Amino acid sequence: MTEIFGIPTQALFGQLLIGLINGAFYALLSLGLAVIFGLLNIINFTHGAQYMMGAFCAYFALQYAGIGYWWSLLIAPIVVGTTGVVIERTMLARLYKLDHLYGLLLTFGLALVIQGVFTNYYGSSGLPYRIPDELTGGFNLGFMLLPKYRAWVIVASLGICIGTWYVIERTKLGSYLRAATENRALVQAFGINVPRMITLTYGLGVGLAAFAGVMAAPIYQVNPQMGANLIIVVFAVVVIGGMGSILGAIVTGFGLGIIEGLTKVFYPEASNTVIFVIMVIVLLLKPAGLFGREH
Amino acid sequence: MTGMAKGTTPVGAEAPGAGGARGAAGDARGFLIATAAMTAGFALAPHLGIYPVFLMKALCFALFACAFNLLIGFGGLLSFGHAMFLGTAGYVSAYAAKVWGAPPELAILAGTAAAALLGVVAGALAIRRQGIYFAMITLALAQMMFFFCLQAPFTGGEDGIQSVPRGRLFGALDLANTLVLYYFVLAVFVAGFLFIYRVIHSPFGQVLKAIKENEARAISLGYDAERYKLLAFVLSATLAGLAGATKAIVFQLASLTDVHWTMSGEVVLMTLLGGMGTIFGPVVGAFTIIGLENYLAGFGQWVVVITGAIFVVCVLAFRRGIVGELGAWRARRRA
Repeated sequence: MTEIFGIPTQALFGQLLIGLINGAFYALLSLGLAVIFGLLNIINFTHGAQYMMGAFCAYFALQYAGIGYWWSLLIAPIVVGTTGVVIERTMLARLYKLDHLYGLLLTFGLALVIQGVFTNYYGSSGLPYRIPDELTGGFNLGFMLLPKYRAWVIVASLGICIGTWYVIERTKLGSYLRAATENRALVQAFGINVPRMITLTYGLGVGLAAFAGVMAAPIYQVNPQMGANLIIVVFAVVVIGGMGSILGAIVTGFGLGIIEGLTKVFYPEASNTVIFVIMVIVLLLKPAGLFGREH
Repeated sequence: MTGMAKGTTPVGAEAPGAGGARGAAGDARGFLIATAAMTAGFALAPHLGIYPVFLMKALCFALFACAFNLLIGFGGLLSFGHAMFLGTAGYVSAYAAKVWGAPPELAILAGTAAAALLGVVAGALAIRRQGIYFAMITLALAQMMFFFCLQAPFTGGEDGIQSVPRGRLFGALDLANTLVLYYFVLAVFVAGFLFIYRVIHSPFGQVLKAIKENEARAISLGYDAERYKLLAFVLSATLAGLAGATKAIVFQLASLTDVHWTMSGEVVLMTLLGGMGTIFGPVVGAFTIIGLENYLAGFGQWVVVITGAIFVVCVLAFRRGIVGELGAWRARRRA
């Protein structure tokens, strides 16, 4: 068996792959947080719970309606995004004139409610969700076996990330969005319905979380607590990358996933904390974050 | 991004400040009377049939919430990681009492000192960013501390440190006696409470308030805002540690629950419900939440749901909290 630095290549590439998968989810979730933060100035603590709702949505669809994975990828973001729209209209919209921290507190409370309700009915053990038939099996790359589903997750999340980047940075709608981020009143004066745009942006960000949840269902199992600890890591990712740039969120997400995977190989004891340690180092060297703007 | 955009109300600013129309002297007298009444009430409570263990738990959390309130209510800094100070102090004092055989007063001192030290490190890091980022950084640091406590060889992992000896306070008072223990906890709480009042009304506290209201202006007046914020953070961490260390001796247990992020959220809720930026609010909030949890203990996860719902209601409709609303109601009647 071949070895690199005394580590069998099989183990090394295996952990690298897991790192890439985790990184894909970090990227998708921090992207959603960044999009929401850009326009609403709110850190969406409910994001982890909405990611979990996406996974449950796919589970329910399969269990009770026989709707498969591919339709769930479309349906879950719409359903969960709609609940996001309701939350924004009925609750968040009342807080925009107050300190942004109230938004954090409100979404934290909502996360507790949602996770509590799901834990009540489904316990804290995971429910299985099988990989769609088209994606079972794997590719033999010679040095390792790459499961098809994992390859799909990486490709799909990269696609979604780049797509979101394109919409925001290169389309007319995106230019409205960026303009409203800079100066809401001015954009409104041009006759653009900013409140509706804010609502839809929140729905979109939440939809991204739900999409990530559906993709995560076959890998991590469907579990009411699946988003609770993840969201804290994603917060650290956001602090490291800074929320100023979309591409920054994507690069940081994947990069940190890979670093975490490598840590599991070389120093497993630190794999839970390595991202937080990196956050500390970044705060010391570049407080605004790697891609953030000092203001 | 705008950390604290102009025109937004700072957190806690809706609560009526300490300085009202009545003047500082009247306020101080009112405070002393209220504190004396509160202390007398607590001193009598176990004789009126209220379970002392419940009271001790609530008092520990009340001190924890008061410490947290010092930071959010008077410094405008929302820490989402205060559990790390409560939990770390608990572990250190439990370890000192059990493994080193330290007397309770030294064990609590060791735990408090550990929390202060951690406060210096965490505070120095967190104040490098503002607003929402500050909250996220403290949360992430606390999560790091959680994993450390989970994996470190001396914390007992999932089991925690159990059956910690209570020992004899100053070699004389036997803390195994529940009533003796209760009055000791009450003394710790009242001391911490009075200390916080003193800090808030000191020149330091006034500058802190100025920084909270308008940081740029305070800096332009020559105040080193970062140093003030750091000191406030360390003071808050130390007092949170005092609460955690005392709690570990009382319950003879240090466990992962106290370092978990849900604990950080719980103290935010206690303070929010009682009234951010009010002196008595956190005490009322802590007793309400601990009492609620006590009565709802049989309902499992519904407690989490109810806790979350109280959060939502407080933020949407009740931002002044219980004590803040009472103060506003009195001010309206006076006017």
